[in-house]
Formats: sequence, structure tokens, C-alpha cells
Amino acid sequence: MSRPDELPGATTPARRLPVTPGALRSLRTRIRPTAGAFPLAKPTWPGTVPRPPVQRTLGTEYDTGWARRYPVRLARVLVQEFVARPAVRAIADPQVSGLDRIAHLEGPVIFAANHASHLDAPLLLSVIPERWRHHLFVAGAADYFFDTRPKAATFAFLLNAVPIERRRVSRDSLRRLTTLLGEGWSMLIFPEGGRTPDGWGQPHSAGAAWLAVRTGRPVVPVHVEGTRRILARGSSKLTPGTTRVTFGRPLAAGTGGDARVLAATVERAVAALADEQTTDWWTAARRAAARTTPALTGPQAPAWRRTWALGERRRRTARAGGRRDGGRWPKASDGRSPRRG
Amino acid sequence: MPRPGFVLEVDRSTPPVLTWHGEGFRLERLPAGRSRVIYAPEPLEPLDDPDQAVRDALLSPLGDSAPLPELLFPRMRLTIAFDDISLPLPPMRRPDNRQRVIEAVLDMAAAAGVDDVVLICALALHRRMTEAELRHAVGDRVYDAFAPHGLLLQHDAEDPDGLVHLGKTDQGEDVEISKRAAESDLLVYVNINLVAMDGGHKSVATGLASYRSLRHHHNVRTMLHSRSFMDQERSELHSSNWRMGRLIAASGVRVFQIETTLNNDTFPEQMAFLQKREWEWTARDRAMYLATTKGLSVTPPRVARSIFQSIKAPHAMTSVHAGEVEAVHRATTEMIYRQQMVHVEGQTDIVILGLPHLSPYNVNSIMNPVLVVCMGLGYLFNMYRGKPLVRAGGVVILSHPTPWAFHPVHHPSYIDFFEEVLADTTDPLQIEKTYEQRFATDEWYRHLYRTSHAYHGVHPFYMWYWAAHAFDHIGRAIIVGGEPRAVRRLGLSPASSLDDALEMATDTVGREPTISHLHLPPIMLADVH
Repeated sequence: MSRPDELPGATTPARRLPVTPGALRSLRTRIRPTAGAFPLAKPTWPGTVPRPPVQRTLGTEYDTGWARRYPVRLARVLVQEFVARPAVRAIADPQVSGLDRIAHLEGPVIFAANHASHLDAPLLLSVIPERWRHHLFVAGAADYFFDTRPKAATFAFLLNAVPIERRRVSRDSLRRLTTLLGEGWSMLIFPEGGRTPDGWGQPHSAGAAWLAVRTGRPVVPVHVEGTRRILARGSSKLTPGTTRVTFGRPLAAGTGGDARVLAATVERAVAALADEQTTDWWTAARRAAARTTPALTGPQAPAWRRTWALGERRRRTARAGGRRDGGRWPKASDGRSPRRG
Repeated sequence: MPRPGFVLEVDRSTPPVLTWHGEGFRLERLPAGRSRVIYAPEPLEPLDDPDQAVRDALLSPLGDSAPLPELLFPRMRLTIAFDDISLPLPPMRRPDNRQRVIEAVLDMAAAAGVDDVVLICALALHRRMTEAELRHAVGDRVYDAFAPHGLLLQHDAEDPDGLVHLGKTDQGEDVEISKRAAESDLLVYVNINLVAMDGGHKSVATGLASYRSLRHHHNVRTMLHSRSFMDQERSELHSSNWRMGRLIAASGVRVFQIETTLNNDTFPEQMAFLQKREWEWTARDRAMYLATTKGLSVTPPRVARSIFQSIKAPHAMTSVHAGEVEAVHRATTEMIYRQQMVHVEGQTDIVILGLPHLSPYNVNSIMNPVLVVCMGLGYLFNMYRGKPLVRAGGVVILSHPTPWAFHPVHHPSYIDFFEEVLADTTDPLQIEKTYEQRFATDEWYRHLYRTSHAYHGVHPFYMWYWAAHAFDHIGRAIIVGGEPRAVRRLGLSPASSLDDALEMATDTVGREPTISHLHLPPIMLADVH
């Protein structure tokens, strides 16, 4: 019989777990050495002693050379072809367009895409034509993908990722990437430097353009749409859906060109591809010619209005593509499947 | 490239500092903002081929000496004297420097057809070495070739038939050394120079001398006028030995001096943390520290002592010089300074010295209370050049368990010195005046010194005199963690912890005193400006 002051459904003291949060805290305190308890804990460094330069082996200093050796490349091809591509197709259902624009290209290429999700890189690796796909490295944020040894090894193996700074790319990184491009490797880079925080794009950094100018290799603008709905930033839940990948016309700067001009051109080209996604090729082309292509970065407005505008754009995209978000089955073919692109 | 010595200014983020405490060690936190820790230079690179270096040194001597082979001839009397168990510390791994050098000398002697060769361990007034200790020093090949035939001797400073009086210096100092050495055609002296005090004319003038000769420089007056023993130019101990050495040379004794230096690689790899800077300790170092300290805390002192005494240092030879005594010693001293010198700015109010388990006089033995004073206030206090690390009237804090314990075979006269002499007075001058002669001429001590493995009857007096300079200079000495009864007998103050000792020191040096902590071992020499 319950006591009168007891709420219905309340746990009686006798039925509570013997391990309370307080007891756990106290146990943790007893087990864990107190802060600064050298020698159980690491010694502190005297403030009067200058620290020696640390030989960094992570971040931009991580050596990814091993991931481009033949046995590793073979293993990666197997993983990409028999695990990653089927998985991406099942989860993201990529609809690819614009491959005809790069069909004539030979040699190393710099693919520069917008970035909305962790899914972008695997998605692009599954749709980039085969002649580049297995001889391509991904420029990955050094501070994110290369901050621990297991992470660095995983991404170096799976994506052939190479570390690069997000914003101000160092000379060492550029030299490393230039060397790889010179050795015949193509590159996939996200010039925004990170995934979009709110769905809108971010200004491009000039790293890709600088490399294009330095190596004389063309930049292929790529627009990816739909990956944020499948795996948004900060989310660990995969929601299968449809994605659209549009390859643009390659942009050549030629050696001696201006990297900043090329970077702006690439940014406008990606925005035009996004416009092409939401409207049609002709509308987008006219707006691009008139320099009235809606910016990828969205309106300069308070957060709610940016989100609101994003919803409006998404509706337009759905109308243009004729698909419902997330709806994949029964699958309606629109003639833009990767097999035919 | 080994790093030079280093003076750490202690701040709030400085980790606790390793402090030796006999057969163990502790981590002690020092007051921030007014303490400094002095770290020894890292071990110098050893010689690539020490045996070849020894041969080269014998063939290219320094000073006005001819190469060794030219000094050797058939039917000559050759005596090879060598340093005893007190060097190096801890004993080095085999092969010992003495073995390398003696074998090279004997190779040349054999090639020259020399038959009359005698080896003498230059004991001075130290205890006789055991067979195992001799084998470790000179190697089995040399021991087996000479000892069974009575040709491997240990110097006897009390043998009336084995000593010869060579005369008196201009200061009236008697020079009496081993007769065999003095009457040889060539005396080769093989040194291991651990500190700047070792070697030079002191090798023969002290190592092969008698009490009658030694008393002229092993006395309170000499110690008070040596600032310090490690600085040859300002050491009365050296001046006296140099006078005697020159008289020995003038008497016709031909000395071919061979001096070797070692790097300060003191501990085996698993105990390497003992000579590392604490903030550079790796996880392995910390684990080794914890395992060692926890293990030692449950180990009986006797067992702990044998564990520590079994440590053989990975010392490696860094130089070898041979030839004329003074030229050789100059080159050697330079190498020692290179390995041990740390430049230090100014004196402090307090010096903290963690004393290890070992001093030159308790190898394979017990570090009794008298040796604690000798090690702390004698040797380590004097590890300076220029000025003492502690200011005049300052405080020296020693850390050592200081047990009321003596090795009855090695240190019989120490027991009586401690029980009888120190119970009466701790004043070195008073002790010297009242008691020295009686102990030095005691027949029982003399017998034990000559036939057993006992230090000479006068030896504890000398150990006490080593500290005379410190007693004269400082205001107070405190021993942390020592047995209070024994510490009080020494005339020092016992403290249960370093914090207590620092608190006690404020009575002498005032509030907020400045502190220096010598991170020993390895041995270092503070060059105080």
C-alpha cells in the first residue's frame, strides 16, 4: 500500500538502484587520481622552461604516402566498388547530370564542390567517372580528419584523404598537393572549407584556384544537393533520400592566371549549377550571364529568414526535380541515373 | 648532442622534484618563485673505441714524458698502481677502465720483455678490497696472472718495511710512500677521475702514502683553506699534494700517469628516470618510479641496501690521457668540467641535498651517520667552484634516513668515533686535538686495517674534517627523515619532512628564503658566480 505523500508511479526507495549518481561521482573521485597528482598523472611543464618544438605527426604533418601504395590502392578500389558505391546508391540514390561537360577531359582534374554533409565525399567518389575515381585524392580538413592517428589512417585509406588547412592553406600543404597533381593524381576539394552550418553555402577559399593556376589543371565545378537531408551536420542519423550531383563546365586558369579571380569564377559556377538545379539550364544560364545568379551563401538576413528562404529553395528544387524528398521507392527513372550519365 | 647543465626556476607549474633519500627517493614540491633546481649536464658521448684510445694515449703522452714503450726495458722494476673501490660511483659495468688500461700497459710491458711487474691497489687508509672487488676492477685475466703469485698487492700504510720516507717539503710535510713504488724504475698510476679532486699528484702522494704523510693535508686546517677541493687553484689539499708530488719526482721516482674520465651515465636503463628532468618523464618513467618506490616501501632495509649496492653504472670512458702528471691532470680536469660543470648565478639561503645510498667509503657497505655528514657536508657541499651554493650563515638540508647503523667489519673505528668522540664534541678542531692521535695509533684498528677489511682507525676523523668547511660556513644543517637520535649525535637537527625542515630553517635565514636544490646524482659541479 502506497504512502499518502507518494505520487502515483514513483519509485519507492527500496526499489531504487543502489548506485546513485552521487555514489558514482564519489567512486569516480576515489578511483581517478586528483588533478596534478604527478607521478600518477603526467608531469606539468614548468612555465620557466621553453617547450621544445614538437615533432608533429598528425594534422598537416600526417604522412599519407602509404595510402597511395599499390596494395593499399587495390584494397581501396575493392572497398569503394563493392562496399561504398552500393551503400551510397542505397542511401543517397545519386542523380548525376553534366558528365557530358567533362567527357573530353584528360589527365588530372580538380573537382571543386559545395559541402553540406559527410556524405559528399563518398557520394562524389561513387559518381566521378572511373578514369579519375581511382586516381583521386580528397583534400580533407587537417584539424578534423587528421587529429588522431586512427581517424587519419581511416580517412587516408577509405578516401585517400590528404590533410589541408581549412582557411589559410600553408605553403607546405600547397606544395604537397601540387606534387600529387604533378604525379597525375586528381583532387576533390571542398573550397568552402567545411560543411554548411545552416544549409546555405559559405564563401570559397582560394586553395583550389591557386592549385589550378600553379599546375595548369582545370577546375571542374560540382554541385551536390540533397546530402544534408540524409546526413546533416551534427546528426548521426542517416535518413535515406535522393541526391543530385551536377558537374559543370571545366574552368581553366592557365598558369600565370589570377587565383583570386579563378576562385570567384569557381564560386559563381557552383552557384549557377545550384541555380540550374532549382530552375532549368536556360534560366540559370541567363542569370549567370547577367550576373544575377542567386548567391550560394543565401540572403544576408537574420537566421530565421535564411532558414525560411532555404525552405523556399528546397520546394523549388523538389518541383524542378519532380521528386519527393526521401521518397525513393517505387523508383521513378528520369533518365539521369548514374548508369546513363 | 648532450644538453648542458640546467638551472630551473621553480614556478607553480613545476612538478615535484626527485630527491634521494638513502636507499630510496621521494618527490618533493619546492616553494614557487624562490626555488631553483640544478640539473647536471647530460652524459657526454663515450669514446668509440676505448681500447684503441688507451693505446693511442700511451703512445702519445702529454708533457715531457716519452711514450710508454720507450720507458720499458728488460730487467726493469715496473709497478702499476691503481685506484681502489672508492672509484667510480656506483661501480661501473665491466670492463672497468682500470682493466682496459692495465691490460694495455701489460701488453707493452710484455712486448718489452719486462719480468718484474707488481700491481698495487692504492688504498691509502681505505679498507682492503675483497677478491671479487679486485677481479671487478682489474679483470679476471690480470687477477689470475698476478694475485696467485703475490704480485697483486694492496697498499699497506702501516707496514714499516713497505714504506720509504723520501724527505720533507719546504712546508715541512713528510713524504712517505710505498717502498716498492718508490724504488721501481717506473711507476705507472692508473686513475679513474670521477671528480676534479681526483688524480694529479694526489694519486701517488695520497694513494700510496702513510698516515705520517697524509696527516699533513688530511686535517682541519687544510679543509678550511680549500675553497673548494674541486678547484685545484683554490684548494690547499691540492697545494699540499702538489708539493709532495714534486718532491716525489725530485727524489727520482719516475711516474707515468694515466687518467681516464667517465661520462655521468649513472643508472641502468630501467632506472633512467633518476637522472631525467621530471617534466620530461614518460609514462614508463612514472610507472618505474611508482613500482620502485612502492617496492622499496615494503622491502627490508637490508635487502634494499643489497639491491642498491648491486647497481652497476653504465658509465663509459670519455677520455684517456697519459704522460707527465701535471700535463695529464690539466687535460683530465678540463674533461671533468665539461661533463659536470653547471653555471649558477649567485648563492641562496638554503641548499637541499638528497643523499643517495652511496659514498666513496660505503661501497658494498653501510652508509653510517658519519658518512652521511661526510657525503652531505663534505663532498656535496664542496661541489662548487667560485663560491659555495649556500650563502655564509645559510642552511643546508640533507635528506637521508641516517640509521644508527655501522658495518662492523668495514667501519670499526667509526663505531667508537660515533659513540665516544661525537658524544663529547662535534667541533672538528677539538676532535682533531683531543682524539686523533689515539685512534690513529690504536693497535687494534691498525691490525684490522692491515689484515681484515677495515678502514684505518683515523679514517672517521678525516670524514669529519671533510665537513669542516661547511660547519664553518653555514648557520645550520638539518637532516630530513633521519633517525633523530643519530642526527642529534651528529650535532645536526632532525626534521620529519622537507616542509618541516624549511620551516625550521626560517629561524636561521628568515622568512621567504631562497632555495637551491641539487638534483643529484649524477654528480655535478656548480660554478657559482
